[in-house]
This record gives sequence, C-alpha cells and structure tokens, in this order.
Amino acid sequence: MSETVSRRDFFKISGGAVAGVGLAVSGVASGAAEAAVNTSANLPYPHKAIALAKGMKVNDPLSFAYPDEASPCIAVRTGNPVAGGVGPNKDIIAYSVQCTHQGCPVSYDSAAKSFKCPCHFSMFDAEKQGQVICGQAPTKLPQIVLEYDAKTDSVSAVSVIGLIFGRQANIL
Amino acid sequence: MSNDRLVLPPVDAHKTNLTCHFCIVGCGYHVYKWPENKEGGKAPNQNSLKLDFRKQLPAFSVIATKAQQTVVADKDGSRHNVLVVPDKECVVNEGGGSWRGLHMASYMYNADNQPNARLAHPRMHTGDQWLETDWKQALALYAGVTKKILDTKGPREIAFDTFDHGGAGGGFENTWGTGKLMFTALQTPLVRIHNRPSYNSECHATRDMGIMELNNSYEDAEVADCIMSIGNNPYEAQTNYFLYHWLPNLNGGSMDKKKKWFGNESVSEGRIIYVDPRKTTSISISESAAADRVLHLDIQPGTDVALFNGLFTYVVAQGWIDRSFIAKRTKGFDEAVAANKISLEECSKITGVSVAKLKQAAEWAYKPKADGKMKRTMHAYEKGIIWGNDNYAIQSSLLDLVIATHNVGGRRGTGCVRMGGHQEGYARPPHPTGEKLYNDQEIIAGKGMVYTAWGANPFQSTCNAEQFREVVLRRSQIVKEAMQKSRGATTEQMVDVIYDAVANKGGLFVVAINLYPTMLEQAAHLLLPAAHPGEINLTSMNGERRLRLSQKFMDAPGSAKADSLIAADIANTLKAMYTAEGNAKMADRFKGFEWKTEEDAFNDGFRMQGAKDVGGVIHSQGGDTGNLATYALLVAAGNNGVQLPIKEVKNGKLIGTDMLYTDKFGTDDGLAHFQPSPWKGLLPAVQGQKDKYRFWINSGRVNEAWQTMYHEQAAGNGNAAETKERWPMAPLEISPQDAHELGIASGDIVEVFNDYGSTYSMAYIVPTMKRNQVFMQFGHFNGVMGDVTTEAVDRNVIPYYKGAWASLRKVSSGEYKTTVSFKSRLYTA
Repeated sequence: MSETVSRRDFFKISGGAVAGVGLAVSGVASGAAEAAVNTSANLPYPHKAIALAKGMKVNDPLSFAYPDEASPCIAVRTGNPVAGGVGPNKDIIAYSVQCTHQGCPVSYDSAAKSFKCPCHFSMFDAEKQGQVICGQAPTKLPQIVLEYDAKTDSVSAVSVIGLIFGRQANIL
Repeated sequence: MSNDRLVLPPVDAHKTNLTCHFCIVGCGYHVYKWPENKEGGKAPNQNSLKLDFRKQLPAFSVIATKAQQTVVADKDGSRHNVLVVPDKECVVNEGGGSWRGLHMASYMYNADNQPNARLAHPRMHTGDQWLETDWKQALALYAGVTKKILDTKGPREIAFDTFDHGGAGGGFENTWGTGKLMFTALQTPLVRIHNRPSYNSECHATRDMGIMELNNSYEDAEVADCIMSIGNNPYEAQTNYFLYHWLPNLNGGSMDKKKKWFGNESVSEGRIIYVDPRKTTSISISESAAADRVLHLDIQPGTDVALFNGLFTYVVAQGWIDRSFIAKRTKGFDEAVAANKISLEECSKITGVSVAKLKQAAEWAYKPKADGKMKRTMHAYEKGIIWGNDNYAIQSSLLDLVIATHNVGGRRGTGCVRMGGHQEGYARPPHPTGEKLYNDQEIIAGKGMVYTAWGANPFQSTCNAEQFREVVLRRSQIVKEAMQKSRGATTEQMVDVIYDAVANKGGLFVVAINLYPTMLEQAAHLLLPAAHPGEINLTSMNGERRLRLSQKFMDAPGSAKADSLIAADIANTLKAMYTAEGNAKMADRFKGFEWKTEEDAFNDGFRMQGAKDVGGVIHSQGGDTGNLATYALLVAAGNNGVQLPIKEVKNGKLIGTDMLYTDKFGTDDGLAHFQPSPWKGLLPAVQGQKDKYRFWINSGRVNEAWQTMYHEQAAGNGNAAETKERWPMAPLEISPQDAHELGIASGDIVEVFNDYGSTYSMAYIVPTMKRNQVFMQFGHFNGVMGDVTTEAVDRNVIPYYKGAWASLRKVSSGEYKTTVSFKSRLYTA
C-alpha cells in the first residue's frame, strides 16, 4: 500500500488550519490568510528512492540530492508526526539545504529540529514545513515531497514545494 | 504562476531603480518589467540578469525568489511580469535583501489577486454604506466642509494626522505637498505626526544641543573601535545596515579599511555594547560571531538617564574625555557634570547592571587606546530612547557623554545617530504657530471638526489608543447619522449637513487618505486613494542621508495618485471656490499648487522653487543646496544616489557629504551645547501603572513583519501570505516560569490589560525573557499594543510607548500551535 501526500494535500492542511485560526480568534484581523500560492507544478520531477524508513534514526539527518546531483537535500525523522511527514510514524520530512536567501548551505540543529544558515542567520522550522523562524530568507525552505511504500519500507522523493535557490526552475 | 519556477526577464526588459521603501536603511533594488507573454532564456545572453540558469547557480550569485515576482496590469490593460532584484552595486546593501525588501513585488497591486483590497477610487459614506465616487465629487465635499469650517471657525478646527518621513507613505514630494497645504494654505496648528500625538521632533534634545540625529555614514560603523547600541535591535529593524556594516567590524572583516583610514593609530576588531532590557536577536548573532567582544547591559526599563549619567560621571573622573575639544568646540560642560553627577554604585542600583559591567563598558567605549588616542565610538539609538522614559532627558544625558568623549564632531568611526524607522524625506514650510499641541487629547476633549488621517493609522498605533478610538467613533457617528437623515441632499446641501453636525452637535468629519481602507474605515466618511513607490516617482533619504529616486514602473490602481497631487487637488479646489466668490485674499493662500507630476512637487519644495509662495522659508533636509538635485541627475546616480547635503555637481555627478559637524555644530554659535539632565525616575502616569500591575510590557519590532503590516492586514495573499502565516497575531514573548504560573503555553491567546485598555496577543515562550517582563510586537493589526500605553509624554509631547505595565490573562488555547513556529529566534553558532 503506498501513501502519497500530494502538494495539494499539504496546502489543504496548512491553508485550512490558518483559516480556522483566523475565524476563531482574530477578532481584530480583517480575514484569514488565503490559501497559499498556486502549486499546480507540472515539472517532470524524478521519482527517487532515498532510504528505508527503518534505517532512519530519529534526529539523524540523511543527506541526499534531489531532483538532481547539484541540489543537496536532507531528510530527517523528527520523532513526532509532522505536517507533510511520511513513514510509519508520519515523521519523515525532507528539505533542500540551500538557503532561499543567498544559497548558503543550512545545517540541521538536532536540538531545535530546525535548519540554520551561518551567512545571514536565517532559521527554518523542520517541523513546520520549513517556515522561517527568523531571518532574511524571504520564503520557506523548499520542501521535498516524499512518498512512503509500506510494502518495501522505501522512502522516495517525488517533487518539490517551492523554488530551490539559484534556479529558474527546480528542474534544470 | 507556479511556485517552483520563475519567469526570467528577457534581455530587453525595462529596468528601473527602486529603493526599498520599508525601513530607513533603504536598500537598492532593480525592477525588471516586461510583457507577460515573454520570457527570457536560461543562457546568460538570453536574460537580463546575465546569469547561466542552465545549471545550478552558486551561493551569492543572485537573490531571485518567487516573493520577488508578480504580474501587474497598467491602465491601458497591458499585463507585465515584474521581478525585483537587489542591486549588487548599491553600497548600502551590496546585493543583499531583507525579508521585507524581497517581498516588495508581492505587495504591489497584482493584476489578478487583489482587486478589492486597495482603494482604487474615492469612497464616500452615505451614513449607512460606502459608495465609490470620483475625485470631483469627493473633493467638492472635502473642500466644501473644510472651507466652511475655515471661514466660520478658523484653522484650529482642521485636524490632521500625517506622515513626516520618507519611503512609502512619505518622501520629499509628499511631505512638501501636504505641508504646503496644511501650514501655508490652511494654516492649521492642529497637526500631529503619524506615530506620535503632536507635531514635534523625536530628537529634540540632540538638535537643541547642535547635533542633527543622522550625522555620519554607514561606513563609520565599519571602522569604529566600539559601537554602543542603545534601545536598538538592528538585525530586526535595520537588517542590512547591521549585516553589511556592523558585523564586518565585529568579526574583523573591516581591519584593512581601518588601517587604510587611520594609518598608525592602533586598531583592532570592533566591539559592540548593547543597552537593552531584553536579549535580542542582534545580541545573540553578535555573540555567535565574537562573544568576547560583545557586552549586554540589560538595564531595568526606563533607567537610561541614570545609566548615561553614571558613565558620564565615571569617565570624567577617569579623565577619559577630550578636554581640548571640550574647550574649543563646546559649552556648558561644567554645569552638566554637576547636574548629572551620580556614582557608579548608585547607577548600578538604579539600572540593575553590576558595577563591574559598567566599568567594562566605560573601558571599551571611552578608555583611550594603547597609543593614547581617543577611542572612536559610534552611538546608535532607536525606540528604546525615542519611545523611552522622558525622551528629552535621555537624549540630553546620552549626548553629554558623547560630546565629552569627542564621539561626534567629524572624527570618522564616531557619530551619535538615530537608527531610524522609515526613511526620511522632510521638506515643509514651518508649522504656523510652533505650538506643541497634544492632538489626541484635543480630539478627546471635543475639539477639531474635520480630522484627516493621511497615511496614518492612529487607531492601531497611537498611545492610549482605546480611549482615542472610542471618542473618534462616537463623534464620527454623530456625522454619519446626520448624513443618513439628509435624504436626497446635493453635495452642497451635504456640506451644510456635515457642518451642522460638527459645529453644533459635537461631531467629527473623518477622512482617511491611504493605500487601504485601514481600521479608520470604521470612523471615516470619506476615503481617498493614495499611491506608493513604484506607482509614482519618489525621493527619500536613508539613515546616512543618502538621497535616491525610486522610479515609477507601473500604474497605480484606478484613479489612486501621489499624496503630493492629492494635496494639490485639495488646494486647487479651495482656490477655485474662493475665486468663484471673489475672495482674492483667501484664493491667494492656496496658490502655487499647479503641479502635474511628482517632479513638479519636488522642484517646488526640495529644490526651493516654491519658496516665494510660503514666505521664503522651507525646512528641508536638502538644505539650501537641494536645488542642485534634479530627477535626471538622480536617475543617473542610481541606487547610490547622493548623501545630503549636496556640495556640488561635478561632470554631471552629484557630490555629497559623508560626515557632519567637522567644523561647527548646528547652533547659533557653532558650539555643541551640553545640557544638564539629572535622573528623576519614571514619568508619573507610568509609575502609577507600575505600582499597580505586575508585568512590564516591552514592545518593538519583528524582522519579518516590520513596516509592512499595513499590506498584510489588507491584502496578504499570494507570496505575501507567508508573513501573515508566520505572524498572524502580535506575539507576546514571556519567560517559561511566568508562563507556567499563568497556565500559558506557546500559541495561546493572552489578554493584556490595565487601567488604560485591553488587547490580545499570541504567547511565545522565550527562555531568555526575564521574570515579570514580556515583549509584545508593536504595530500589529491583530493585537494593538497601544491600547495599554498611558498618555505619559515628555516636555515636547513625545510618548513613553514603552512604559506600559499590565496584567496578563490566558484567554484560550490557540490553534496557532499547528501553524506557527514557536522555536527560539535567537541564533546560536
């Protein structure tokens, strides 16, 4: 049985939650954030197996490249189910590790479960789909969409949400 | 547009200059604009960025993200792609961009996404609904009411709340247009500035002492021995100034420049002393770069005067002052020494900073160097002082210390500067009476008959905001009811109805001129649509007085227009009304607004061509050499512009000034004036709240949502949505211990309340926060911090916005937990 979390699902999750919060508590706000940008990407992303879930230890980042060898990425098991997470515990998630600001390599902080950039100090939350915690980076860390195949325990990269630094398009 | 690819500008894309209009730093950007159905190729000779997108680009090659791209539609219906890219040749940001600047494209009026958010045409309230109308009708109503009040009751009943700055909602053209209308034509004294309840300077004391607050260059921060950063969080509020000019000093990157500039003088890697009750992101980043060269003086709130008086007394006793400079270029030293005298022990007791730390700060900043030369210490301050406990007193105490140690007055690597919020762009005739009226209190007391909020939003940002809103809403409702009952009234009849409501029934006619309806919409009777940089040509200067022209690259929505041209429309309408009734004398007051473009307003004000219309006196940051700057020369000067004041034009190039006060200070005698400024405790209204309530409500800015929230409040869709997703509500930083006691978790909604009002915030537990002190984001539309500030002001009516004490109450467990990150924003290496 294969479990696919599509890009549309991701945004349904985050967009819906934001809208609910806006209605529930923001008496002063003039409406909630609308759904995020159009994600109808049709780029020919490769399907690439990156690991077996059982081989991934909690908080032990796994480096891989996706969608091609020039694009370094990290997959990590956060230990808790996260939005967009896959695997038996829905806690495996992956990101491009080129900072969306100036392309410096971000490193994984296992204590905070976040990524941080040494160049201009942007930090991204690995458990919130790459949301910027603080800093210069104008967009989230691009998230590598993963698929999990329970039969084979295989985790594969299938596409990307967000533009990878230094590219016109994620597929060169 | 999909989110995993950009549309590249083709080689023939139209390229213009744009200075980021959000914070004072004013980073340089280029705008590329080209037809929507065209796309540049990936090869370097096929796109105007001249980069090879056929392969992965290396770090630092370019910042080009989806947030920087949009599609706009011009008035002729043509659609265009836009890409806004940091300028690598700009000496301010060197190709760097902030979250805010990199979202400029996202905030422009998009061809598809936000047809309703912006004001596109004037809107008129009928008493029970909004009607879109045209300028002719709107101006007839506005000018008609204004004229009737002016003729019958005089100018003091015509109130304004308006910008006085540069960047978006400001600029030399617009401060001039509005200033000429308010001060020369209408001659009203009842004017306040957008972020404070009076018409006054935020830097009154330093100016009285002869020192304008923007007196050095960003390069001086690179070569200082020490930077004293006071009530100022530059990573979040002046980001690229900090990253490109402070950090290279701290980490030794500017050593070559120091050696080149200062020859044999002993130099070393710079140090930074932060004066701030809270551990900020700036402090944590600085510590990660060089912990042993960073000092944090975490003073008790409101005790700045005691701190600077203690340091002043100590350095004078140590002899770490420049006696020759004091003798030649200053006056009043002895009186200040006597008045400000306070021992380090007493200073420590009041500020809560140990004597050892105070001594270390004094040694870092003022103890002469190994070769006997005076230290070069730059002092940079912002809202901790500006909105602090008696602004005038704090600045006096700080400047006494700075002047005595010769850290202002022409030495490179020094300066005592305001870091700033917006850019600057001031050119106005003098205020007609010079009074410092407390406008909010005047309105609360029932004075004023027409209130125009011009690029200002006091409902969400003034002090004592709750009471102010209540009164304005109540008084505006009187007018709305009268309008509603005047069935079938012509514009002329409606003028009479409104006049009767404001003159005889306590009503207030409320007009807002802005990009968006804003919260003022609740009270307003008329909304006029303005435009912002990119839609108009606009000049401003940054924190080192660098003047640039942001060029228009797209049309404003509908009939929205520049504030300068709105001011001209109002003046010309009034002039025509007076002319029609044969009142030549009054018509003459409204002359000199025959402007067709923003450049006409620039030439009239900044370039002094309209001086004859306004009695010969223009208060302009361009000074009397502003006339040398033309739009053509500024286009040629690009994103580096020129630092004011302009010295000359040489071979078609504007030559400016990098350092002020090399010869004399800005006083009649040319001397810097010390000012006695003893420590007197907290302002009384604030002390009253402190005695009564447990938590100090510190307030300030957040990097990702600084100076941009007016866009997010109204629009915030597309790529701009990320800001609202990150900061959907004003965060309230609180210590884990206090949160635990009150049963508060990160993401919970917390009420903040005291005798003045109540507001709401989103809890954000921060381990470094002190007990009984919380920090709330200022200026958020969802959680108005000003609701709990007092009416306390200094002698020039500058509020103590930071002086709020209040109680906290958990309201609900917020769902923000699922969407917002609550991880530490303090960077550690």
